Amino acid sequence: MHLATYLGLLQTSLRTLAGAFREVASGHGDEPDVRRTCEVLASRIDGQAEKLAPVVDRYGEHREAEPERLHAAEFEQTRTGGVGLLRDLQDLYALSSFTDITWTVVGQAAQGLRDQELIDVVNACEQDTARQLAWLKTRIKQGAPQALIAARD
Amino acid sequence: MFRSNEGGYRPEVDRIADIWGSRTPHGRGTRWPVRVDQRLADGVEESDVDRWVQSACVLCSNGCGCDIAVRDGRIVGVRGRADDIVNRGRLGPKGLHGSWQAHGKDRLTTPLIRRDGELRETDWDTAMSAIVRRSQDLLADTGPLSHGFYTSGQLFLEEYYTLGVIGKAGIGTPHMDGNTRLCTATAAAALKESFGSDGQPACHADIDLCDALFLYGHNMAATQTVMWARVLDRLEGPGRPRLVVVDPRRTPTAEAADVHLAPLPGTNQALLNGLVREVVERGWFDREYVDRHTLGFEELKATVAPYTPERVAEICRVSPADLVRAAEIFGTSDRVLSTVLQGFYQSHQATAASCQVNNLHLLRGQIGRPGSGVLQMNGQPTAQNTRECGADGDLPGFRNWDNPEHVEELARLWNVDPLTIPHWAPPTHAMQIWRYAEQGSIRFLWISATNPAVSLPELARVREILRREDLFVVAQDAFRTETTELADVVLPAALWGEKQGTFTNLSRVVHLSEQAVEPPAGARSDLDIFLDYASRMGFRDRAGDPLIKWKDAEGAFDAWRECSRGRPCDYSELSYERLRGGSGIPWGGERLYADGVFPTAAEYCEDYGHDLLTGASTTPADYRARRPDGRAFLKAAEYTPAREQPDDEYPLLCTTGRSVYHFHTRTKTRRAPELQKAAPDPWVELSPADADELGLGEGDVVRVESRRGSVEVPVHIGRCRDGVAFLPFHYGFQAANELTATEWDPVSKQPLFKISAVRIRRV
Repeated sequence: MHLATYLGLLQTSLRTLAGAFREVASGHGDEPDVRRTCEVLASRIDGQAEKLAPVVDRYGEHREAEPERLHAAEFEQTRTGGVGLLRDLQDLYALSSFTDITWTVVGQAAQGLRDQELIDVVNACEQDTARQLAWLKTRIKQGAPQALIAARD
Repeated sequence: MFRSNEGGYRPEVDRIADIWGSRTPHGRGTRWPVRVDQRLADGVEESDVDRWVQSACVLCSNGCGCDIAVRDGRIVGVRGRADDIVNRGRLGPKGLHGSWQAHGKDRLTTPLIRRDGELRETDWDTAMSAIVRRSQDLLADTGPLSHGFYTSGQLFLEEYYTLGVIGKAGIGTPHMDGNTRLCTATAAAALKESFGSDGQPACHADIDLCDALFLYGHNMAATQTVMWARVLDRLEGPGRPRLVVVDPRRTPTAEAADVHLAPLPGTNQALLNGLVREVVERGWFDREYVDRHTLGFEELKATVAPYTPERVAEICRVSPADLVRAAEIFGTSDRVLSTVLQGFYQSHQATAASCQVNNLHLLRGQIGRPGSGVLQMNGQPTAQNTRECGADGDLPGFRNWDNPEHVEELARLWNVDPLTIPHWAPPTHAMQIWRYAEQGSIRFLWISATNPAVSLPELARVREILRREDLFVVAQDAFRTETTELADVVLPAALWGEKQGTFTNLSRVVHLSEQAVEPPAGARSDLDIFLDYASRMGFRDRAGDPLIKWKDAEGAFDAWRECSRGRPCDYSELSYERLRGGSGIPWGGERLYADGVFPTAAEYCEDYGHDLLTGASTTPADYRARRPDGRAFLKAAEYTPAREQPDDEYPLLCTTGRSVYHFHTRTKTRRAPELQKAAPDPWVELSPADADELGLGEGDVVRVESRRGSVEVPVHIGRCRDGVAFLPFHYGFQAANELTATEWDPVSKQPLFKISAVRIRRV
């Protein structure tokens, strides 16, 4: 059964994502809304990882199964300027999307296994992942025209 | 023009000492008695007055109907209008003393232009040509995104609408906002989130009819003195309503309360979640109303479930018994009226907490009925029109930027390409406009009738932005201010009473303010300035005709009537003729939502809403999928701790606020001798226990310091709860906003003035 492998992947990608939100928060401190929202979202992702932890323990986490192919990309250092902010938010969007679809995959397995505990965790967390994506999209849409057309840095 | 007082009387009292004037108590459901307040210049008798000219007061959002006294072409005083539904003849200290005395003092009467680093006098043609040249160069070089407009809550509807059309269809920039972002953005946001559109549900007469009154972060006794006089007349009459006040200070408003809740700054959402939970758990809600007229009950119930009185008491540091008692008053009174203002709007989780007030009313079906409803207050007198007319970020007529049909409507009305009208993302809010200027991507910033160099947070940063070499700043004002001193071009503007126009108060009441006197030679009305700019820029519609087709205030009003037709704020039935004589008239009728039908239908609503925690926009598809169809939203959010927290280094939380004697940055009120004398200098207020611990006595001069900056002011020991300091925000010297942070609410984007960690040391 590969669910354990996928749970490991999800757990890692949550850690990566929380770290990436924190990185963007501190790297873009001059954009107070970005800093604040990224901090709030990061701490909520920690909460997701906490919720997932007992299930991971139950199935046993197998990080080593396919280390090359089943691994979320790491977040690099933050960039600067309007376009830099845009790119960083886009990276977060990609990472968040990866987590989102991973939750979907795990949720499907949970249904197949009739694992109510895991189904509940997935339901609770998918909404929060949707919130991350919605905020990122809102903020990217807001910043894109200025960064691409008028910014001089 | 002179009319008798219709049975009212005119007490001769010192309204600096006796702020709210003599009582005229009355019982529930009886008409609020008339009391006519008047103030004439020393040595001027009523018989000396040549003319009384109809207007309404612009020194707070109450919008009291008044007449301006004119003698020999000069304004010599003011008198409340007995037949106005808002004030029934009364005026507050600011209106009586501050509304007319500044007109003849220190006025700007010639444009100024910066040459070799100095502001020098110039003529109108030179000043306007410089503005137009810079504007055209930037449009050619970078395009519309190089332009920002930062206006006010002080102009007239006609001026905002004209500015809105210039910005949205002439230039085509999304970067338009106003000082209203600092004072009423959360009111608008909370109304949109809950009800689908801006628009004040309740009215002033609900004060006369309620059984319980809740003031959330609203020091009404200081901010809307005539409104408070109306409350006092109920409190001292038979059948007194019960009063609950939420404020971290024991203000005169709080002293009158049956229950005073003083939560720590930053914890309003926890407090309100606790109140909502009590109302739900104790079964004080109207199941039928909730089922028929709202969406989201189960999510709200689940979200507030953890907020037991004990948990809330711990977070907010209030007594759980007081919380339960407040909830009981809310839950068991037949008619409840709530008002919300800056204590919520300028604090952490502003929109979320303000939405909880809406929720309380929706849960009990206490909205749209006499004596029951919500007043999401405005701060500035004409803020409502900034919101309605599109001079802030929103599209005119409460249209939805995310609804292509609404954009198309405007394009047809103005006969422009819909692509000209920026609607690809939420309009740029003020704090982001300033950020773009700081980054050098906005290079033309036109500031009208406001003083951001005192009113914005983190003033050191604001001054730096205004001084940037690559930012061309136009400042349009009646006086030299801290802001005009940093501008590249200064345009002298006419004041209230020197121009004609309309404005809408906090309860949707529209008043016509007639021109009483000529502006000083050299000053022009803001409308004329905007029209001149439009004409010099040569803005055209698709037919090649001038984009702006009106030449005066009434023409602008008539154009606005067409623009607003069919929208929630429909002015099409109003006209200058109807507004002359008698009382101001509310748009939309006395109360909104009497039928429980809210403007949430997808094709009609002003906004698809947001996630209250992050401000993420709801997509049109997600919004439609919920099928709101006239039902209101019960929006929920958990409490999250504010970013700014007291610590060992900065152990107190500082909140800023208002003095009863001053308005905004004092440009008018400091020029009224009585008001100036009453509150000439800033101060810091501390609780007795905190003062004691710091070894400070009354009048000791201290440095109040945050991570952003500091002020040196004398201590006043008094009304704060422990752990909280208070600074008045009006003063341009030792300005409170040296301390405040550049941070804002995720939904309304209103800055968080009410929560700065500070330390205090004797100087």
